Amino acid sequence: MSRISRRRFLKASGAAAATSLLSACATEPAGPQKPIGRVVVIGGGYGGATAAKYLRMWGGGAIEVFLIERNAEFISCPGSNLVLGGTRSMADITRGYSRLREYGVQVLRDEATAVNPERKRVSLRRIEDLSYDRLIISPAVDLMYEQIEGYDAEAQKSVLTAWKAGPETIALRQRLEAMRDGGVYVLAIPRAPYRCPPGPYERACQVAHYFKQAKPRSKVLILDANEDIVSKPALFKAAWNDLYKGLIEYRGNSEVKAVDARASLIRTDFDAVKGDVLNVLPPMRAADIARNAGLLAANTRWCGVDWLSMESTVHKNIHVLGDATLSAPAMPKSGHMANNHGKIAAAAIIELMNGREPNPQPVIANTCYSFVSDKEVIHVASVHRYDVAQKTLTVVPGASGVSAARSELEGGYGWAWTQNIWADMLG
Amino acid sequence: MNYALFAVLVSVAILTPVARAQSADPNLGRNLAAACANCHGTNGSALQGMPVLAGQQKTYLAQQMQDFKAGRRPATIMHQIAKGYSDEQIEALAAYFSAQKAR
Repeated sequence: MSRISRRRFLKASGAAAATSLLSACATEPAGPQKPIGRVVVIGGGYGGATAAKYLRMWGGGAIEVFLIERNAEFISCPGSNLVLGGTRSMADITRGYSRLREYGVQVLRDEATAVNPERKRVSLRRIEDLSYDRLIISPAVDLMYEQIEGYDAEAQKSVLTAWKAGPETIALRQRLEAMRDGGVYVLAIPRAPYRCPPGPYERACQVAHYFKQAKPRSKVLILDANEDIVSKPALFKAAWNDLYKGLIEYRGNSEVKAVDARASLIRTDFDAVKGDVLNVLPPMRAADIARNAGLLAANTRWCGVDWLSMESTVHKNIHVLGDATLSAPAMPKSGHMANNHGKIAAAAIIELMNGREPNPQPVIANTCYSFVSDKEVIHVASVHRYDVAQKTLTVVPGASGVSAARSELEGGYGWAWTQNIWADMLG
Repeated sequence: MNYALFAVLVSVAILTPVARAQSADPNLGRNLAAACANCHGTNGSALQGMPVLAGQQKTYLAQQMQDFKAGRRPATIMHQIAKGYSDEQIEALAAYFSAQKAR
C-alpha cells in the first residue's frame, strides 16, 4: 500500500470508528484523533480480544486495531468442563465478537499463516497481507501429539483431548454419554507447564459428577505425569474423597508414552491401561504461528517477553500474550492471566506509540475457580507485581492463597467470573 | 533572604521532582483497576453476581480494601488479593473506581 493510499485508508477507518464509538457508549473518550498507528492482533481469545478492546478504549480511537480470529465465535475453555459434566451447554460458554466492533475493533474472520518481523507484515489465508506498526500474538498452545507414540491423525479421531473448547468438547461429552455403566474413563495429564493447571482435576470432578448420577458403576482413572496434583491438591483430594469416593482413582508419576487407539489402550513406563473413553492430553508448546515467527526463547517451547510491555525478547514490535509466553515465576497459564497480559500490552503500546515509556510498575492478579461439583467451587488466587531487580513479575509476598474449603458461595462467584471476564474481553 | 526561607525553597526544589515522579503517571489508577475488571467488570461495572465498584464512595472502597487486607472483613478471596496492594495503590484504585459511572 502506498503512503497516500494508506493515509486515506486510515482516515476512512478512523471515520468508521468514530461512528461506531458513538453507538458503543457515551463514556468513551470523544472521537478519534489522527491515527497514530496500526496494531494487528492475532487470536481472539482471552489475551487477544482483551488487548484489542483496551487499545481502542484507552487509545481514544487513535490506534487502528485489526483482530484476526479464525473462529466465528468465541468458545471459552473455562466452563467447558461443565459441558462435559452435563450442567452447562455449549451455548452457555459461547459468545460473539459483534460488540468489539462497536469499540472500533476491525474483526476479521481469517487465519494468520505467517509473520514477517522484518517487513512488519502478517500473511492471511483469505485476504491480502496486513502491515502493522505493532503486532500482538495471542496464539495459545499447540498440542505435541508427536511426543506420544501412536497418537497420529487416525488415533486422534478416537482419542480426544478436548483441551481447546469446541467440537471436541461436544464429541467427548457424547462418548461419555454413550459409555456403558461400569466403563472406565481415562484422563492423562502431561508434565507441567501446560494450559490451565487445575483444569484436568476439575474435569475429573465433572466427569465423576456425571457418572455418580448416570452410571455409578463407572470409574475415572487419572494418569498424571506429574508427581502429585499440580494445583489445589488438598482441596481436590478432599472433594474426591467426600463426593466421589470409589469413582476416581489417581496415579501420579504416570507419564503416557504410547496410545493404541484400536485396542483402546494407554502405555506408561510401568503400566498398560485399558479404557472405554480415552482423554489423553499431550505436552503443549507455544502455537505454530509464534514458533514459525521465530519467537521461542532459546531452548524452550515458549515465547520470552518483557513483562513491562509483553514485547518479545526476540523480535521488536511483536508482543506475545497468554499461554504461549514463557511464564513468570508462579504464574499459571490461565485465561485470567492472558486477559491481564492483554491490558499490560495495550497500555504499553499506547505509551510507546506516543513516544513515552510504558508503566514501570504493573500489578496484575490471577484467579482460577474450579467447579468440583455442579455447584461447589474452589479457587487459587495471586497478585503479581514487577520486580525491577529480577526483571519479571513475581508474586507479592503474602498475596496468594486458596479457598478455605469448597463452597456454593464460591460456586456463584465462579460462574459470575465467567460472565464478567467474557464481558471485559468482548465488550 | 533569611535562612529558613532559603532552606524551604531548597527542600521544595529537591523534593518536587520526586513527588512529581510518583504522581506523574496519570494512568496509575486506570492500570491498577484494569486488573480488577476480570471479576468486577470493565471500569468496575460488574454484571450480576459480583460487587459493582464503579461509582462507590472513595473512602468506602479504600476502607473495604484495608479491612480485607488486615483480615477485619471476612472474605472468600479478597483477603488474599488485597494483600497485593500498597496503601498508595489502594488509594489510587479507590479514586479511580469512585470516579467511574456504573453502567
